[in-house]
Amino acid sequence: MFDFGRAVVITGHYGSGKTNIAVNLALDCAGKGEPVCVVDLDIVNPYFRTADFGEFFERHNIRMSAPQFANTNLDIPSLCIDMEALLDNYRVILDVGGDDSGALALGQYAALLSSRGCDMLYVVNKYRYLTHTPEEAVELLRDIERASGLKATGIVNCSNLGESTTVEDVESSRDYAEQCARAAGIPVAFTAARRDLNVSDAYPVEVYVRPFWEEK
Amino acid sequence: MERMLMKGNEALAEAAIRAGCKCFFGYPITPQTEISAYMAKRMPKVGGVFLQAESEVAAINMVYGCASSGIRCMTSSSSPGISLKGEGVSYIAGSDLPAVIVNVMRGGPGLGGIQPSQSDYWQATRALGHGDFQNIVYAPSSVQEMADYMGKAFDMADKYRMPALILADGLLGQMMEPVVFEDKEIKMSDASGKPWATNGHGNKRPHNIINSLYLQADELEQYNVERFKRYEKVKEELPELESYLCDDAEIVVAAYGSVARLAKAAVEQARAEGIKAGLARPITLYPYPEKELKAACKTAKKVLVTEMSMGQMVDDVKLALECRLPVEFFGRTGGVVPKPSEILAKIKTMKGAE
Repeated sequence: MFDFGRAVVITGHYGSGKTNIAVNLALDCAGKGEPVCVVDLDIVNPYFRTADFGEFFERHNIRMSAPQFANTNLDIPSLCIDMEALLDNYRVILDVGGDDSGALALGQYAALLSSRGCDMLYVVNKYRYLTHTPEEAVELLRDIERASGLKATGIVNCSNLGESTTVEDVESSRDYAEQCARAAGIPVAFTAARRDLNVSDAYPVEVYVRPFWEEK
Repeated sequence: MERMLMKGNEALAEAAIRAGCKCFFGYPITPQTEISAYMAKRMPKVGGVFLQAESEVAAINMVYGCASSGIRCMTSSSSPGISLKGEGVSYIAGSDLPAVIVNVMRGGPGLGGIQPSQSDYWQATRALGHGDFQNIVYAPSSVQEMADYMGKAFDMADKYRMPALILADGLLGQMMEPVVFEDKEIKMSDASGKPWATNGHGNKRPHNIINSLYLQADELEQYNVERFKRYEKVKEELPELESYLCDDAEIVVAAYGSVARLAKAAVEQARAEGIKAGLARPITLYPYPEKELKAACKTAKKVLVTEMSMGQMVDDVKLALECRLPVEFFGRTGGVVPKPSEILAKIKTMKGAE
């Protein structure tokens, strides 16, 4: 299903499902024996982020690179990531912060990523209020592209309503994803749906970002 | 019913817009910044005003001015920023103006941390500012309630001419859940029905004055006494509490906001292990649902208060129960979120000690 570049950049609106997609893709790569590194480039979100998965990644032989002070009380978005070295040694999956403000952090790596072969996936969720129409979703994509200096190469349809998502919710989002793709001039890379929903022709994902009252 | 997946902070902002909030004055601070960011995007599209002030103090004083004109308006912040707004809130209360303030709490005191907490309970219910006054406090516990109680906060602030506070925390602000909005369209809101508003007398009525300065002691006393008569009505009409599995409960856990979600998981686990546990969740923190809590503890032998603080709600529980039941406390603070298993362990200890 995937034939992505050395770097796979995951962008999208806040809460579209970026982090969960990044975790699933990384697990797939690691499962095939490919050296993979997840880079948490989120300098915006204080909670519910890739850096929460440190131990989990270690168990699955996935390298993680996160902002120095992620998940601490220090509100400083400091990035000191040797991207070049990571690209030499790993398939790099970048989980970018929400919206164009989060994508700004990506800009400094744009030229390097492009030169090494990069796919930027734009994650959309029909059930997110501010990206409810394809026009709104593409408007945000353009903002992200402007801020990051990278062009998206595919749409990931991750339309979901959290725990209560039904097969029907996913199926009725396909048309929305196609419209987003058409308006953006890029293909739908895949539709993602929770594994237990058994949606045909969808990339099955486990939900690793859990409600806070569930203990790990 | 169309469901949307939203962050708590976004749901608050959208619900405010639909409730007819026309002006938002804010200043960014983690973990409530999404409210500002959302308002910045949405307000211009719906003909409202989003203004990032130069400070929290400025923002609350803009609310003071805007509320004076009878327009629905609000501000939001997180703990340290709310302290800064204290003076303005007191002026708003002293001028009998409706306004909505949101506090998405983080760890304190001082600059504290950016992780979730409930350590502003005392501030919210006792002294959001100086002087003899109270403000309504709603404590939602889900993203859906963030939306529902925002609209209610505006309605009740208008009805009783007093500030209303939404007391949330970082977890509620940042978490995502499906939400359905009660108001399908944006409610019309203007100064009609607010004869006190300073929105232009048009030479048709005497001019209105919004003021909290009264240099004659007996005059100031009279205003304070009248205000507290209004609070008696508020105490009769507004208290809300949700009780869960309390009908035969021997141990009742009292918790509000996000911690009530954790406590619920602990209560369910306790029931599965044969312990008669229940959950009493105050939704209004002022007025405190005293009668409702007492009713929820009808069969209780012990009460456990659990919070993300050092135990700020404990006194209110004891007062509501007139100190007739033993009240114990379990909490985490500084941004640490209690685990349901920790709450369960405390319930078991209390059960065992009977």
